[in-house]
Amino acid sequence: MSTPDTHAQADAALRAAIRQREREAFRNRWLLLAPGVGLIACVGLLPLALTMIYSFLEPGTYGGVTWTFSTGAYEQFLFERDLFDETLLTFNPSYVIIFARSIFLALVATVGTLLVGYPTAYFIATRPRESRNLWLFLITLPFWTNLLIRTYAMLLIIRDEGLINAVLMGVGVVEQPVGILYTDFAVFLGLIYSFLPFMVLPVYASLEKLDFRLVEAAYDLYATRWRVLRRVIIPATRPGIVAGCILVFIPGLGAYITPELLGGGKKLMIGNMIALQFGTARNWPFGSAAALILMAMVVLMLVFLMRRGGRQVGHG
Amino acid sequence: MGSDDGFIEIVDVTKAFGPADRRVFALGGVTATIRRGEFFTLLGPSGCGKTTLLRLIAGFELPTSGEIRLDGQEIGHLPPFRRPVNTVFQNYALFPHMTVAENIGFGLEMLDKPRAEIASTVARMLALVKMSDLAGRRTDQLSGGQQQRVALARALAPQPKVLLLDEPLSALDLKLRKEMQVELKRIQHETGITFIFVTHDQEEALTMSDRIAVMEKGHILQIGSPTEIYNAPAARFVADFIGDINFIEGEVVSCGDGRAEVRLPSGPLLSAHAGQPVSGRVTLAIRPEKIGLRAAGDGTAQLSGRITNLVYFGSGTNVHVDAGIGADIVARTTTPGVAIGDRVGLDLPFADLSVLAE
Ligand SMILES: Nc1ncnc2c1ncn2[C@@H]1O[C@H](COP(=O)(O)OP(=O)(O)OP(=O)(O)O)[C@@H](O)[C@H]1O
Ligand SMILES: [Mg+2]
Repeated sequence: MSTPDTHAQADAALRAAIRQREREAFRNRWLLLAPGVGLIACVGLLPLALTMIYSFLEPGTYGGVTWTFSTGAYEQFLFERDLFDETLLTFNPSYVIIFARSIFLALVATVGTLLVGYPTAYFIATRPRESRNLWLFLITLPFWTNLLIRTYAMLLIIRDEGLINAVLMGVGVVEQPVGILYTDFAVFLGLIYSFLPFMVLPVYASLEKLDFRLVEAAYDLYATRWRVLRRVIIPATRPGIVAGCILVFIPGLGAYITPELLGGGKKLMIGNMIALQFGTARNWPFGSAAALILMAMVVLMLVFLMRRGGRQVGHG
Repeated sequence: MGSDDGFIEIVDVTKAFGPADRRVFALGGVTATIRRGEFFTLLGPSGCGKTTLLRLIAGFELPTSGEIRLDGQEIGHLPPFRRPVNTVFQNYALFPHMTVAENIGFGLEMLDKPRAEIASTVARMLALVKMSDLAGRRTDQLSGGQQQRVALARALAPQPKVLLLDEPLSALDLKLRKEMQVELKRIQHETGITFIFVTHDQEEALTMSDRIAVMEKGHILQIGSPTEIYNAPAARFVADFIGDINFIEGEVVSCGDGRAEVRLPSGPLLSAHAGQPVSGRVTLAIRPEKIGLRAAGDGTAQLSGRITNLVYFGSGTNVHVDAGIGADIVARTTTPGVAIGDRVGLDLPFADLSVLAE
């Protein structure tokens, strides 16, 4: 029988079933998310909150903090207190310079890894399918040893008595060893070396998805090889490029081991400067403040990139 | 300058893939001449080498041996961007990060044409393919048929000497496909550009082409106009691939003057036209619609038999007749008036019964 009454009943039953299904889906989603959310809360948000609080306190004499509110840490970033008159502030550019140097080095290292990594990724993506995994494995091979050890190995190669100088002098190109170690160039080399896989992998991922028939179409329409690269391949792989740059730039900015060992810790980078505050300088609030300023800059930069990248890439 | 008769000359071209010890010949010696301004179709089953031949002409592959000449000039070893040849790809291969207009203008831009000229050509092309109101759209926001039109306009914009089309209609549904067939013919007519069109659909080939090359396993079996291919297939494969056809086996009794007398194993003697002298065992071929059907009993029909099946298909009916020669013979009629089990006579006109070269 199909009366209006039975229709209404069936309708209600259907709606109840849909609600039930939605409730289950909601619960399942949260169950799936729970471990990740828990982990982020414990090891991400909690320390962050702690850092935030510390940055507004005063340094303790032997490290640690004393629980009095102060914005001194943030002031110290830009200004210097007069030794005799505590209220007199003069602008002190040294920390700003450290930040600027770090950003510059990280940027140069990002461009460097892109210039080295893009052709590498292209090479791998155009190998026969069976051999690509081998190449990817080789690219990630350095990850199997510790960064510290790899950096020491690098140090051994570029120091005055190292491989490079031995070869250069052996061939007779130079008389005296070329001083590479403990320069910005050494830091730059070290950063490129340690972050290369972070560039190669995302770029490879987007190159692998690239439809090579688009490349053929461009050749067919009179584009030379260089123009095919610039007009078709690079725009189509922009998501990978953006991801790779972010993955290299951010850790590059906060790099600690590489500038410490290869730069000799002579010229501080942000990472070393922050470490110093928690160590010998015994100024935890200032270390916390510097870390937060760094993070704020990174977040701003990411938002900017996402906005721009999102609009241009859209389809990818 | 090449003569009109030999605009594109493909001379004994072979193409092998794979390492030297496991070579696969996708093309085994193809020779063809394509005329200026014609609609030339490569027709054949999957894997016969149609795409490979097209890619050799476009320049995406280089021939293993042989020559490809365009307008008298050898182009077989030029890269794609040095050939005045454009391609409409099967999957369209539109640039996803560009608008419709940018896609169409790409070729002209790469040829470093002035901006004004690009703009006016793009507008003309948009009008030609009836897409003017979608110039600013991104290509992933288009339907299949619209993408097809953009791909066509993009390939036509640089005014190539030859346009290559690799199964451009195979992704469209039947109705849209019929529409685009007409459109393609119109556009080819308006632009006067030589089209080389690939399809595995024999009906599409017959309706659209000036000439057809039928391919099988890396070889061209026959080149001819649709009527030649249909009415006088040169090989059993061609006859079988295009349309429906009956094959009748027999033994040549006598042959001369383009006429062969062939004795069927069951007794009857048939006269068929033969392009060249034949002897021994041969196969005769005749289209269903060429067979005359008449009531049996007067004994004058060449073959006779009992109707085993009637298949109605809208514009006619296929009458399957067991005439005692092995397989049923299929005759096509628009006025059946017969029933399964009836005895009928079959007339096989001399002009329509051909002897196939094996
Ligand atoms: N890059 C390649 N490497 C190896 N073999 C290939 C390659 N391209 C084509 N072949 C082989 O050459 C033969 C012809 O292929 P082709 O693509 O030209 O066929 P087709 O006629 O276009 O078929 P379809 O109608 O399925 O598109 C096939 O046997 C195919 O396997
Ligand atoms: Mg094909």
